[in-house]
Amino acid sequence: MQTEQTALDDVVQGDYKYGFESNIEQDVLPKGLSEDVVRFISAKKEEPEWMLEWRLKAYRHWLTMNEPRWPNVAYPKIDFQDIIYYAAPKSMPTLNSLDEVDPELLATFAKLGIPLEEQKMLTGVAVDAVFDSVSVKTTFQAALADKGIIFCSMSEAIREHPELVRKYIGSVVPPNDNYYAALNSAVFSDGSFCYVPKGVRCPMELSTYFRINARNTGQFERTLLIADEGSYVSYLEGCTAPQRDENQLHAAVVELIAHERAEIKYSTVQNWYPGDKNGKGGIYNFVTKRGICDERAKISWTQVETGSAITWKYPSVILKGNNSIGEFYSVAVTNNMQQADTGTKMIHMGENTRSRIVSKGISAGKSQNSYRGLVKVLKKARNARNFSQCDSLLIGDRCGAHTFPYLEIANKDATVEHEATTSKIGEDIMFYCQQRGISAEDAVALIVNGYCRDVLEQLPMEFAVEAKKLLAISLEGSVG
Amino acid sequence: MTTTPLLQITDLHAGIEDREILKGISLTVNAGEVHAIMGPNGSGKSTMASVLAGREDYQVTGGTISLNGKDILEMSPEDRAREGVFMAFQYPVEIPGVSTANFVKTAVQEMRKHRGLPPLEPAAFLALMREKMKLVEMEQQFLSRSLNEGFSGGEKKRNEIFQMAMLEPALAILDETDSGLDIDALRIVAEGVNALRSKDNAVVVITHYQRLLNYIVPDFVHVLWNGRIVRSGGKELAYELEEKGYDWIKNESPAEV
Repeated sequence: MQTEQTALDDVVQGDYKYGFESNIEQDVLPKGLSEDVVRFISAKKEEPEWMLEWRLKAYRHWLTMNEPRWPNVAYPKIDFQDIIYYAAPKSMPTLNSLDEVDPELLATFAKLGIPLEEQKMLTGVAVDAVFDSVSVKTTFQAALADKGIIFCSMSEAIREHPELVRKYIGSVVPPNDNYYAALNSAVFSDGSFCYVPKGVRCPMELSTYFRINARNTGQFERTLLIADEGSYVSYLEGCTAPQRDENQLHAAVVELIAHERAEIKYSTVQNWYPGDKNGKGGIYNFVTKRGICDERAKISWTQVETGSAITWKYPSVILKGNNSIGEFYSVAVTNNMQQADTGTKMIHMGENTRSRIVSKGISAGKSQNSYRGLVKVLKKARNARNFSQCDSLLIGDRCGAHTFPYLEIANKDATVEHEATTSKIGEDIMFYCQQRGISAEDAVALIVNGYCRDVLEQLPMEFAVEAKKLLAISLEGSVG
Repeated sequence: MTTTPLLQITDLHAGIEDREILKGISLTVNAGEVHAIMGPNGSGKSTMASVLAGREDYQVTGGTISLNGKDILEMSPEDRAREGVFMAFQYPVEIPGVSTANFVKTAVQEMRKHRGLPPLEPAAFLALMREKMKLVEMEQQFLSRSLNEGFSGGEKKRNEIFQMAMLEPALAILDETDSGLDIDALRIVAEGVNALRSKDNAVVVITHYQRLLNYIVPDFVHVLWNGRIVRSGGKELAYELEEKGYDWIKNESPAEV
């Protein structure tokens, strides 16, 4: 007779459906990193001198730094000379319409379900797609330009809006912030840039899709998003990669600046290739994401993390202005041999600042899932308030869930609440669902979606639907 | 002409790990009948319910179970449910974040799919839920609450019968549904079950006490002891048991190991 464990295992053994590779001619730099590589990237992008100097400074600083070893993850030492730092689809002309885009590339994006096609205009999604290292196409630029909104690739922003880039780049995540941020600052290839002017409410969801395609390539994109006074923007990013036996490095930096009374909602659905059941291959996702709030501003991070062999990221908010608000809603799923060490930092500097953390970790297979979060209240942050909820859900008995909450409170007016729960999808719940005619697979999806409801409802509707499906797929084959 | 019994259990042996708990159970339940399975703690009552529903912790080592003439022993729990086996749990589980309405909807649509019926439209579904909730005097606010989370013991049991009403099973197994219920809740639950009885379905009531059988009156009573049905009779047998206690059965039956 089949045991419960097997029934649950069956549910979890799904295949990664984004694991295809596109045969597009690539302009690829040889492996290895040096000042020359940094210069090459900068030159390839026709960057101004100050940008090159900024990169070189970051590179030189990176050389003096050591890889962080404090996360609760284990992996062999990365050989940074064994990585390709620049790969781009060949011949990148300025694209005026979709007809000019390589059909193979369009087919790739179609497979990914990226709304590049014109009909997607009806759904009101503006997309910037970053393929390996280069931003391929930004739709809706004209519609956005009417409102004075700039939404383009990072490379274009450096060329067209150097004053803005120069003012803000590195202002939230300085090049010497940490090992991977320094590396990114030296070699970032592209990414998205967005500026929303004073008082403008961005009329559509802005979206970027990241895709690693080339072999042995690292992806180092950099996103910079500025919401000027009283503006609002909702931004989404999605990520996928082909199925490969080797590990690939993804080290991105995201900086958000919310000026007075501005609001930024930043949502991520991360589905990089997680490696196979035995832990072979998969993306190392080492990312620095941080935002800063001026007075009465609000930054809200929402992430659904299902992919990557290793995830190491802590989207954070610096609550600099009085009455500013930071939020972090996270679902992190690990299955098979995946490892995640993720959470947030809420730094309360201003008075009456508020933060809210809702973290839902789900571990299945032999995976390890850690929540790591810091709530820091500085001396001047009178009446700061934080509420944190960290829940862990275990599927099976071979996985691990860990919670590392750090609280540094320097003001006695602060109110800091932390709630944590650990639960398990056990045989009782599975049997109950099955007795009602619901298959093990559907039961897991139902339970997990219920468990993540508080986070999923923060996502824009269509992405919530996608995220739910993704959760179900990620956990196919996993319960016990 | 003979009709196929709704449930036919023949010489069923089952246990957990290496321990045999059911040691040769035979039982025939026809459509339209109510059977009570009574017995002291540890006699194998709940094991019998779990084995019927297909719980995979239990190993069936011999015998057969058929539903409407169809062998269900090799079926998964969900397939048995879709074929019409329903179990009202002694300890219904809580599922945070999944509303009662959503859970029941998922289950009902699975059943409909199995029976080749199209999914119910939301409005029709809501109307159906409202109608069935009345049976067990459940308030509508329970629909939007997480399944069984924060429900009282009585509310959980009413929710079980509500689900039974929604799923319209051929065979309902009530596993110690009376445990932990006060007299009012017991009456509500029993009246709900009675309202669902028809000539096409059957109910197997598993209970320690005779109390529930005052409300759900059985056609047959079977006494389970040490993994076997040691006595069967009409509803009088339940009264006799209540009066004499289980020791009466224990003393009369040879206890073998």
